[in-house]
Amino acid sequence: MNELIYFFNYVVVAGSVTGCIYAIGAVGVTLIYSILRFAHFAHADMMTLGTLAVLLLTLAFPHAGAPLGLPTAIVMLPVAMAFTSLVAVGIDRAFYQPLRSHGVKPIVMVIASLGVTLMLQGLIRLFAGTGSQNLYVDARKEIFRIDVPGVTRPIILTEPQIILFVITIVAVVGLHLFLTRARLGKAMRAMSDNPDLARASGINTKLIITLTWVIAGSLATIAGTLLSLDVAFKPDLSFFLLLPIFAAAIVGGVGHPYGAIAGGFLVGFAETLAVFNWSVLLRPLRDSLPTWLELPNNLALVGTEYKIVVPFFILVAVLIWRPTGIFKGKVI
Amino acid sequence: MTAPSSQRPASSATSDRRTLPIRELVLFGGLALVVLAVFATMGPAYSTRMLVEASCYAILALGLTIQWGYAGQFNAGIMGFVALGGFSATFFSIPVNHAFWASDLPGRLGWVLLAMVVVTAIVFAISRLDRIGVPKLLRTTLAIVAGLIGYLVVISWLRSVTGDIESQVEFIGGLGLPVWLGWIVGGALAGGVGYFIGHICLGLRSDYLVIATLGIAEIIKAFLKNSDWLTRGTATISPLPWPVPDPGQVGFLTARSLYLSVTVVMIAVIFFLLHRAYHAPWGRMIRAIRDNEVSAAAMGKSINRRRQEIFVFGCILMGIGGAVLTSFNGLFDPQGYLPLNHTFLVLVMVILGGPGNNLGTLFGAVLVYVIWIMSGPMALAVMHAIVALGAHWFDWQPGNLDSRALQARVFVIGLLILLVLRFAPRGLIPEKVAHHD
Repeated sequence: MNELIYFFNYVVVAGSVTGCIYAIGAVGVTLIYSILRFAHFAHADMMTLGTLAVLLLTLAFPHAGAPLGLPTAIVMLPVAMAFTSLVAVGIDRAFYQPLRSHGVKPIVMVIASLGVTLMLQGLIRLFAGTGSQNLYVDARKEIFRIDVPGVTRPIILTEPQIILFVITIVAVVGLHLFLTRARLGKAMRAMSDNPDLARASGINTKLIITLTWVIAGSLATIAGTLLSLDVAFKPDLSFFLLLPIFAAAIVGGVGHPYGAIAGGFLVGFAETLAVFNWSVLLRPLRDSLPTWLELPNNLALVGTEYKIVVPFFILVAVLIWRPTGIFKGKVI
Repeated sequence: MTAPSSQRPASSATSDRRTLPIRELVLFGGLALVVLAVFATMGPAYSTRMLVEASCYAILALGLTIQWGYAGQFNAGIMGFVALGGFSATFFSIPVNHAFWASDLPGRLGWVLLAMVVVTAIVFAISRLDRIGVPKLLRTTLAIVAGLIGYLVVISWLRSVTGDIESQVEFIGGLGLPVWLGWIVGGALAGGVGYFIGHICLGLRSDYLVIATLGIAEIIKAFLKNSDWLTRGTATISPLPWPVPDPGQVGFLTARSLYLSVTVVMIAVIFFLLHRAYHAPWGRMIRAIRDNEVSAAAMGKSINRRRQEIFVFGCILMGIGGAVLTSFNGLFDPQGYLPLNHTFLVLVMVILGGPGNNLGTLFGAVLVYVIWIMSGPMALAVMHAIVALGAHWFDWQPGNLDSRALQARVFVIGLLILLVLRFAPRGLIPEKVAHHD
């Protein structure tokens, strides 16, 4: 039983945490893709930017969260979301909008977003330095140990992980209701299906584009902050998120928000399962195995240092066998 | 090339044909002045080093210009190809590690490699079982299970062998062969990786190529960084031999000048070949595909095969450029390959100089590299000035100032990319598009 609890702690919990973060990130990427038709590489840096905003606010008001019983970073999240959305809309107006009105190819927009990536990275490192910082400025992370009867090893959950699950569920349900019920959400889906028809039927496409950036900026802030709460804030956080998030968006079918959520969890769990040392689970069987079969100590599929291979492998597999993604995205 | 062709001044090519290339002359004259100014202020040894590095970057930029300028494919993983070329140059040129070859380790490593080949063959054979009537679902399951088991077995053997190599002989050493052989093999390795990536992505949307190249570059770097048995990892390898006499034998200036003459000859050869290819029917076909894929396909051109060719050619050039650059630096450090220095800097060189125009690319490479090298001290000076003002007015005391100042250059590079895309999408020396009415 101890091994199962170990498995739960190190695979189910860890996989869900990574999955949630990849899912929220991939939803943003896929929304931008479906409205603006280009792969927005600066998304991961928007996450870092949002997190930086949260960090600075937390440093400025370290005790704001205490009366509410929440970490200060969570209380500051809405403000940071508004800020990041504003920055995202500003970037769009300053850099993407002129290119769009010139009617450039999507690949040029991709290069422009790489330029934005560099600018954001430069700014973030200019203000935050290059070291890592903890988002729990003045408080301690609470750790919950749940004892399972008959087992020595407890199930371990931390406070940020629980907050992460709650916020992810709220964000996903909220997005679903928005896209299916609200007038603007329906307009957004119409524009993603056929921009010309949407414009012809009187949908304000400029407003929709602004709205897309607001949603993407807010989701990026949520994902970045929750990740940093769980580990720590690092300026180079984004570069390691980029590939998994895009793999998640493509696996789920580009332009397909629900697919992106599924893809995020798929990539997150695949990463966790791949670096998990399977010989731990087989250890109880060791005595009953035949003698010629000697179990090696390390049965992990890939070492943690090669974690990035997993999303790449998934990406390659999807591009070879099913370029539209599992949920039939818009484009190949 | 970013603007639709109808917006291009239709007369530019035909009227320019007989007049003097004033624009090019002025730009190159200005560049020569800048380089001379660097020579005057920083001394000849430093400036020659800068020129050699700029010429290595020019090879990388020529590789990107044929991918992006000729064919409209964007490669965001130049760093990976550079690192691969650098590894090959290192592996071929450094001295042989006799302790490794005298032990039983080469044999064991050979057995593991053989096992790898055998497992691959078995999995491949199982994946073809449906030809003899095995149901497809069963075949897929069998192939996956066999692959997984085989992979786990081989990887655990490999881990034990590489662990022994690291503990007994540190690393496997090199081959002690001439360095130019390493350069050629580096180009071939990079081309092989490029073939693999291109084969997967080139039939799909162009964005996917960007993601895949970005990923493969990080994977190559992670592999080189963590394979201590092969590359000594973070311990780095130095010195690397040069194809020309070392600075230790003939002095810095002479040695670097000799190296510069090697790279210049290489650039001249590559430039000549590219020029011929660009004006050959093959080059016209490539541009036809870039500018109007549908009509090129309707003319019976094999789009994916041409794209594949040009992507692999570009990657080969990047591998060679990376090998030459690493040899010149004299140090193989996998962590020294950075996306900013080895991918985005090259991108700026190409889009600023003029994608699709080899001369423009050369110009961009030298200009951007000079600016980049000079911007380090300049950024520090500006930062110190700002901090002096800040401390004077607001009592502002930031820490680790120097690294922050260098980060500011990242911002400038990003801004430069955006400004060029916005205001000069065809670069300073644009590609000349011939119109035949």
